[in-house]
Amino acid sequence: MNAAIQKPATREPAARMSAPLVSLDGVGKRFANTVTALEGLDMQVRQGEFLSLLGPSGCGKSTALRLIAGLSEPSAGTIEWNGEQAARRSIGFVFQEPTLMPWASVFGNVHLPLKLAGVGRRQAEPAIAEALEMVGLSSFRDAYPRELSGGMKMRVSIARALVTRPRLLLMDEPFAALDEITRFKLNNDLLEVWRRLGCTIVFVTHSVFESVFLSTRILVFRARPGRVSAELSIDPDQPRDEAYRTSPEYVGLCRETSLALARAMDAQ
Amino acid sequence: METSPLRWLLPVAVMAALVIGWEAIVDLNDLPPYILPSPAQVVETLIADHAVLLQSMLVTLRTTALALTFAVAGGVALALIFASARIVEFSLFPIAVILQVTPVIAIAPLMLIYLSTDTAVLVCAWIVAFFPVLANTTLGLNSVDPNLRDLFRLAGASRWQTLVQLRLPTALPYFLGGLRIAGGLALIGAVVGEIAAGSAGQGSGLAFRIVESAYRLNIPRMFAALLLISLAGILIYAVLSLISWLALRRWHESALANG
Repeated sequence: MNAAIQKPATREPAARMSAPLVSLDGVGKRFANTVTALEGLDMQVRQGEFLSLLGPSGCGKSTALRLIAGLSEPSAGTIEWNGEQAARRSIGFVFQEPTLMPWASVFGNVHLPLKLAGVGRRQAEPAIAEALEMVGLSSFRDAYPRELSGGMKMRVSIARALVTRPRLLLMDEPFAALDEITRFKLNNDLLEVWRRLGCTIVFVTHSVFESVFLSTRILVFRARPGRVSAELSIDPDQPRDEAYRTSPEYVGLCRETSLALARAMDAQ
Repeated sequence: METSPLRWLLPVAVMAALVIGWEAIVDLNDLPPYILPSPAQVVETLIADHAVLLQSMLVTLRTTALALTFAVAGGVALALIFASARIVEFSLFPIAVILQVTPVIAIAPLMLIYLSTDTAVLVCAWIVAFFPVLANTTLGLNSVDPNLRDLFRLAGASRWQTLVQLRLPTALPYFLGGLRIAGGLALIGAVVGEIAAGSAGQGSGLAFRIVESAYRLNIPRMFAALLLISLAGILIYAVLSLISWLALRRWHESALANG
């Protein structure tokens, strides 16, 4: 199915042509209190990419993420999944808060998605161990959430999202509440996980620097009503390391992205 | 201060001072026991009448425990129904509130007319113990983290899975808080019921002994029975606190504070 994908006109020759996993077409979302969160949103999530949704608060980027997850239904437009419907089930979701069950150990929390799918403790053990290993928490499997730092809790949350080996990982400002040092570390580790699993990630953020560091593609959102106002692509083969964080290319991309964001804010 | 021996030494010293002061007042003023018995006389009575008093204490404790058990069963069951159907909550909650706000002492005489003495006392204790269990458990079942609820939805969890693995554990600390309140209230309800029954000349619990001793001007025995009621209350509170601590010690903040 990779061959015959019709691709909309695009301004990014460098980006790899890859199959869309999800397509949002003219999607609108209106809440009961007549707040229009999204209107006429057209966007695609492509197979294997690291897509950031960047924008100010209240621009509907989190709403878009929830729509993709199927946690709410669009009031207008369509959301289409390409390929097997099974992809829709294969979603991992990471919230802004770690959202752990305080009564369960780290192991129990990571086990949750598999447990709900009927996979017992013994059977799930290797997958849980691997997920914990990916986020570097192997030695904390019996700890309880209250014993962990903010960054470690977020790692557990990510491990829980990874344990089902989802094809699509949706992340809603997962590192916004963390200090910068912890955030940089988690950024690096997340990229490592992304490369290792070859999954697709949609990452909601309001940080220009974070989006440029992580993404292969950035969609800049504008608010009232929320929609995509600009799109930027970053070479996926670009190594993302500490050297990149201080490189002229990175700074240039950040400036470009900041300008796009400023234009999106002005357009309101 | 937290670990210093003063933490338990001070309250003990204050208690001892109170008892010694009491004894001194009685001795110095040469008060007769039918006005104010000395602590020593109360203890003497406790020992002399221990057969009757301990028997009565068992009756009261049994009533309280039974009422608490029914309150937990009924309160949790109704909370589960409330949590699954808002319409039932709207319909039945006013009745639960009416039962709660009507002083049990006012209901007791009616209960004694329609029910046997034992059952009436049990119902009085149940009425007051029921509401905190119901209210707290309902609150807990409705306090689920919305993100966790979304996560369960994404994972395709059934209603049953969501109840057992998410809502019940969320409700547990709330329920245990309600249980501790209900334990104390069940004892109060039992005592109130017994006093109402006692004034009708029936019953055998500790509060009945108080009414009975009052009629006979046996003041030392009144104090002795009162002491046992306090002990019963402390015992109930201690047992329920222990249950709460055992259930929550590994994860809940409330259990960490004193753990």
